[in-house]
Amino acid sequence: MATRDRTWERPSAFGRRELKWAVYAGVVGFFVWSAWDLGVSPDRVATGLGNAVTLLGDFFPPEATPRQTTRIVDKMLESVAMAMVSTLTGIVVSVPIAFMAAENISPKPLYVVNRGLISISRAFNAIIVAIIAVKAVGFGPLAGIITITFKTVGFFAKLLAEDIEDIDMGSVDAVRAAGGSPVQTLVYGVVPQIIPRFAGLSVYRWDINIRTSTIIGIVGAGGIGSVLLTAFNRYDYGYVSAILLAIIAVVLVAEGVSAVVRRRYQ
Amino acid sequence: MSSETVRWERFDRKRRLGRFVAGLLVVVTIIASWRFMAIDFVTLDTVPREVADLLTRMYPPDVAYTPQIVDPLIETIHIAALGTAGALVLSIPVALLAAENTTPNAGTYWLGKLLVTVSRSVNTIIWALIFVVIFGSGPLAGAVAIAFRSVGFLGKLLGEEIEEIDFGQVEAVRASGASVVQTLLYGVLPQVKPALVGLGVYRWEINIRDSTVLGFVGAGGIGVELFRAIDAFAWRSVAMMLIAILAIVILSELLSAHTRRLVR
Amino acid sequence: MLAVSDLCKTYPTGDEALQGVDLTVEGSETVAMIGPSGAGKSTFIRCINRLTEPTAGEVWLDSTGLTALGDDELRTARRDIGMIFQEYNLVERLTVMENVLTGRLGYVSAWQAFRRKFPAEDIERAYELLDRVGLGGMADKRVDELSGGQRQRVGIARAVIQQPKILLVDEPTSSLDPETSETVMELLTEIAAEREVPVLINIHEVDLALEHADRIVGLHDGELVFEGTPDDLDERGLDTVYRGAEPATTDTSRSTDTPTPAGDDQPRVGDAEVDEPVVANTREQSANGGV
Repeated sequence: MATRDRTWERPSAFGRRELKWAVYAGVVGFFVWSAWDLGVSPDRVATGLGNAVTLLGDFFPPEATPRQTTRIVDKMLESVAMAMVSTLTGIVVSVPIAFMAAENISPKPLYVVNRGLISISRAFNAIIVAIIAVKAVGFGPLAGIITITFKTVGFFAKLLAEDIEDIDMGSVDAVRAAGGSPVQTLVYGVVPQIIPRFAGLSVYRWDINIRTSTIIGIVGAGGIGSVLLTAFNRYDYGYVSAILLAIIAVVLVAEGVSAVVRRRYQ
Repeated sequence: MSSETVRWERFDRKRRLGRFVAGLLVVVTIIASWRFMAIDFVTLDTVPREVADLLTRMYPPDVAYTPQIVDPLIETIHIAALGTAGALVLSIPVALLAAENTTPNAGTYWLGKLLVTVSRSVNTIIWALIFVVIFGSGPLAGAVAIAFRSVGFLGKLLGEEIEEIDFGQVEAVRASGASVVQTLLYGVLPQVKPALVGLGVYRWEINIRDSTVLGFVGAGGIGVELFRAIDAFAWRSVAMMLIAILAIVILSELLSAHTRRLVR
Repeated sequence: MLAVSDLCKTYPTGDEALQGVDLTVEGSETVAMIGPSGAGKSTFIRCINRLTEPTAGEVWLDSTGLTALGDDELRTARRDIGMIFQEYNLVERLTVMENVLTGRLGYVSAWQAFRRKFPAEDIERAYELLDRVGLGGMADKRVDELSGGQRQRVGIARAVIQQPKILLVDEPTSSLDPETSETVMELLTEIAAEREVPVLINIHEVDLALEHADRIVGLHDGELVFEGTPDDLDERGLDTVYRGAEPATTDTSRSTDTPTPAGDDQPRVGDAEVDEPVVANTREQSANGGV
């Protein structure tokens, strides 16, 4: 029974070993192609590492003149203000879109259109949206508000629509059976079921919006981003690292606040 | 009289007061924010017209432009793939440091947390600004920027995954005399493998979206063409590129969802 | 031969789990360690291969002083100590064969381990062992597809393939139903006897201990309070072990004086030891023992 040379091969998820090696070779080949296409070469990397060391020296210590400090504070406040206002506008716009994008309560054509809108909002990076908004309404925080509002819709309406799709239709039917009008049905049957998640989602999105508002200034849509780009263009790396520290601090505070509030609402 | 009427309220007084104060605070903050930005209502008036105007100029998308965006699009995919792969490799040690049950000591734990935090708090586009200075303009800087931003994301989520593993399995491997590396390979890796693949693919999908804008700071990809066209007011070409971006983003989403379903 | 002398363990919480335990296991005997939950049984076993670091005392396996070893030497020494766990602790997402071969990791390089390239004799031995424990033909099944009894058989195979000088067994049956417990215990002691490996086994089911062990030791509150053959263990002995009664008296009210701390035994993930049913169980046992 016990033949002397039984061997064992680890069973493969691909079924056949040839297929497994083919897949691995394909993946490796793809990355080699990628590296070749991007012009990755040892001497470029080596030069880069040398530059990195020099740059690291330029970054430290972070420094800003009093005027620059005022500018950081002022533009940072603008970033935060943009995030505040556009979180509100974003949510206000999202709510009707979410209802129209919920499969269980929205007619099919309306559902498709609003799902499409959500997909578009999610697909485009904030920077792309921002630069188009800047071309449309000019430089400044208004373009930023439009950008963040638009990006908020993709996130907020999508998750809210999913929540609406998950609600218990029984209690909705109960309100409707008691003679509730469509609006009353929404207010008494649907809204109570989605309120708990609503608060958490809002704060979470506000946190993300703070992050976004600190960068879209790079394309002129208001906030600290413009200061950062200027500092980069002037090779003023001490100033750059001061701005970066300010951004990291604000982002961390927002994340902390968001985490605390969401925990309280669980 | 009032004492005899039965009253029903949704919340008791203290909670209502709390909610009221919190609500008021939010309203005041938002109004203050709006005033701070000093946007005048005259410009606000024209917004819908200007946006509509822009959209009209984008129509119809310039289909003839398509051949010119194939290469930049492929470059975008390469940047995302290479950046994600690099991040995945780097994130494994970072995750092991940032997970309470695998980190060697308190110092390494905080080092892990610091790496994760810095990486996550700096947006891809800012990383790109930095790496363009280091590597010069081009997609290499973009791929490295993508990798640096993704390390924090992957390190954090993978670290949380490692904290959730059944440590008994790890101990059993260790008890048989396995070395540290062997313990990681046999005790930890099998338990986090689905998460590793799932998170990697998920981040790759996000990175496809992020890679589309690297061109704005000269870090390669379709963004280079896109922003050139925007500056030239070639709106119909812009529309074509936006459609192309939408297409690859949706494709990557489908591929990512499919892969994550496969690896369980 | 395993020789433990004056082993102590105090947890950072101040809990004194072991207070100077001496024990010798030699030849190919099976020693069962009984005691209420929280008595320190698991801590004792885990201190032997230092999954838990003992605070004081010495552990010798043949001529190796385990407690004095550095990390690398400890790894080498652990190859000679097989361990079987309460919750099986198999790597769930790996195959049966990979889990069994885990027992040979101490003999191959990390790179070989990564590529699953084990020496032919290890593979052969693994197949033989799987046949022996009744899992022939299941080598390529993933462990999470197996039943509890099958998993513990894999656990036994993983420990035995190490060709250990001693088997440490920590509550092998507490996650199994009574019938499976019986067959698993039988298999375990048979295999150990075939290979002449001594066994130290923690077990709270006294009848299983009586049936399968050559010698019984009782642990109470981190101290060894009983040592003898299964025949020596009478009702008084059980009282001593489970209620902390002095050997001379049978005052049952003493049980309230020495409450057994529950759940502070060891900081282990997925510990399924529950205090209440175990105590109830042992009361029943002590009644039987008296008959």
